Amino acid sequence: MISNKRLVLAHFWLAFGVFGLAILLGEWQMFIRSPLHAWIRDPDLYYRSVTAHGTVMGYVFPTLIAMGLGYAISELALDQPLVGRRWAWVGYALIIIGSIAAVVPVAMGLDSVLYTFYPPMIGNAFYYIGVVLVVVGSWIWVALMGINLHVWKRAHPGAPVPLAMFANVAGAYLWAWTAVGAALELLFQILPVALGFTSTINAGLSRVLFSWTLHAIVYFWLMPTYIAFYTIVPRAIGGRLYSDTMARISFALFLVFAMPIGIHHLFADPQVGAGFKFVHSVFTALVAVPTFLTVFTICASVEIAARLRGGKGAFGWLKALPWDNPQMLALAFSFVLLGFGGAGGLINMSYQLDSTIHNTQWITGHFHLIFGGAIVIMYFAIAYDLWPHLTGRAMLDLGLIRAQLWLWFVGMIVLTFPWHYAGILGMPRRMAYYDYTAPGMAAEGITVVMSVIGGALLVLSAILFFTVLYRNHSATRVEPAPFTFSKAVHEPTSLPLALNGLGLWVALMIVLTITNYGYPIVQLIGLHNADVPAVFVGAKR
Amino acid sequence: MAQVSSADPHDSAEQAARIEKRWAIVIVGIMALLVAVTIFTGLHWAMMPPSRVETIDPSTLHVSGEFVESNLGSAVEANGSVTVRIIGQQYSFTPQCIVVPAKTPIVFRVTSADVVHGMLITGTNINSMVEPGYIATFKTEFDQPGNHLMPCHEFCGVGHEAMWANVKVVDKDVFAKMAANTRRLSCDL
Repeated sequence: MISNKRLVLAHFWLAFGVFGLAILLGEWQMFIRSPLHAWIRDPDLYYRSVTAHGTVMGYVFPTLIAMGLGYAISELALDQPLVGRRWAWVGYALIIIGSIAAVVPVAMGLDSVLYTFYPPMIGNAFYYIGVVLVVVGSWIWVALMGINLHVWKRAHPGAPVPLAMFANVAGAYLWAWTAVGAALELLFQILPVALGFTSTINAGLSRVLFSWTLHAIVYFWLMPTYIAFYTIVPRAIGGRLYSDTMARISFALFLVFAMPIGIHHLFADPQVGAGFKFVHSVFTALVAVPTFLTVFTICASVEIAARLRGGKGAFGWLKALPWDNPQMLALAFSFVLLGFGGAGGLINMSYQLDSTIHNTQWITGHFHLIFGGAIVIMYFAIAYDLWPHLTGRAMLDLGLIRAQLWLWFVGMIVLTFPWHYAGILGMPRRMAYYDYTAPGMAAEGITVVMSVIGGALLVLSAILFFTVLYRNHSATRVEPAPFTFSKAVHEPTSLPLALNGLGLWVALMIVLTITNYGYPIVQLIGLHNADVPAVFVGAKR
Repeated sequence: MAQVSSADPHDSAEQAARIEKRWAIVIVGIMALLVAVTIFTGLHWAMMPPSRVETIDPSTLHVSGEFVESNLGSAVEANGSVTVRIIGQQYSFTPQCIVVPAKTPIVFRVTSADVVHGMLITGTNINSMVEPGYIATFKTEFDQPGNHLMPCHEFCGVGHEAMWANVKVVDKDVFAKMAANTRRLSCDL
């Protein structure tokens, strides 16, 4: 039973609201730079749009989803009212204030620096302050998740922490620590320049600090999706979770290995030595392990559901799955997109292969496939599953839901596959227009047109999504059955200390971050001759 | 597959754990193989990313040192290899047209005069960030003559989309003739 329905609904609606606006910007960007449109007269409009799209989709949207889901899980899994409800609203308010502070100067053209900041380009300080406020708001949530778990553990000494809460708090701690990299960059490097205290900045150091955040943030985005894989889908399709222990190990491994790998974003950078690049490449290979464990455990859980429904044979059980169930459909789509995205990721992590596609449209394709595809499709599924419990009304539009998921799946493939191809041809990212008449560029025009079509399918899918949620608010009132999470085949009765808390894993996360990032950061801090003059964008100072 | 309806739950739990363990070993093996491939490629073909952590002051690039304008472009070294020096700035490369010989060891040395740029050469695996304050150095070799595009691949400001250069790979002998009368080569007009 969720007692804070308004809090959870407020987070989800704000998340999906900003998502709806950002997706329109994304489709506009695709169109404006395609051969369907003449060269844009003011390229800055394009870069403002990219900055807003990235800031909303990368920071605001997933953070709000993780927070809303986290508050719901805390009450549902622990069966206790949320401790610190007022603070939760304070965090929510900070995110709204921060988002407005960030987006207004971006819209005015004062901060066309993209959501990755890119110093020594420096924009208006309000953008960076806004981003910091969003992060601070989310840190309130992190603290509340830790506190709620602590309160519950004190009341239930020795009892196994419910898997959903274990995973939820793992995600919160991962976020708290990974946000530190960008926070250091913003507070100690960018803001002092943006506010006029200094005028030089070490761009190489900034890139290393940002990479600290840039990769693990993907696993923070992924956490709600994995929580849905393990704790919602098996229950929703009438199966059992294959292994509770393996689920906990996977979440613990994400916590440990998501962090010390970010330098694989910097393989082509001159300011990091080959040794650390190699170490991060190896650790990136390790982070694939919990994903493979998850794929195994979830497929096995799904098979249990199929066999309980009478499925037979080595592969024949696939036919017995409840394919008309939106959760089943979303899971299957998510896995297919994760499979393609993951295969691309294995290419990115090897520094020889990476050099063929680094910073090309391939990368845009890769993270849209993983985040926009595999992850966001499960955000939809989470909303569909949770909504009746939040509104107390029946979810009736199952046909519409299936159409929405299909459209998203097909749209994401039509959007991202051409991007991958264009990347192999060497098409660079983030350009307001391309000269498709140039020799060697002709083949790329058609890929951009295909992506425009894919984007249009996604916009259509988003409209259906909003229709379903909106219609639910005025559907017939029902008393939904109590919300439950998946039950494991073997429910844990007692757990080893390491798998019933996160202390050990958080300690490992911090230690590995220090060993893998400590030396490059200290080395770059000492390189004062690499402090370069800031280049201000937007209004002249 | 766990026997959900098994009479002896302990046995099924053990069986499930055994299958999981086997899977875990397989995937760790796969990842180890991929890492081994990376190591082998890195050593065998000496394929290494630009990683020298070499610094330079971007505000004096044009005044002194190896990146003064007269020293940019392709230079033939005593050992027959070619060194190409390039500067990226908002929103162009200098030189805008680079000429290099085919089948010759080439060293690129690239830096930025202002913000972060990037460069890739289409149809090759040449790809590097171009950052102010640092020199990116990498080695390569072109198999055959041909024309390539060289876009800036990192957002560098409002003119980023216009920052494209050209790379012209010419036959070794042709390059030798071109280089005979001049110290530094480019195909800039």
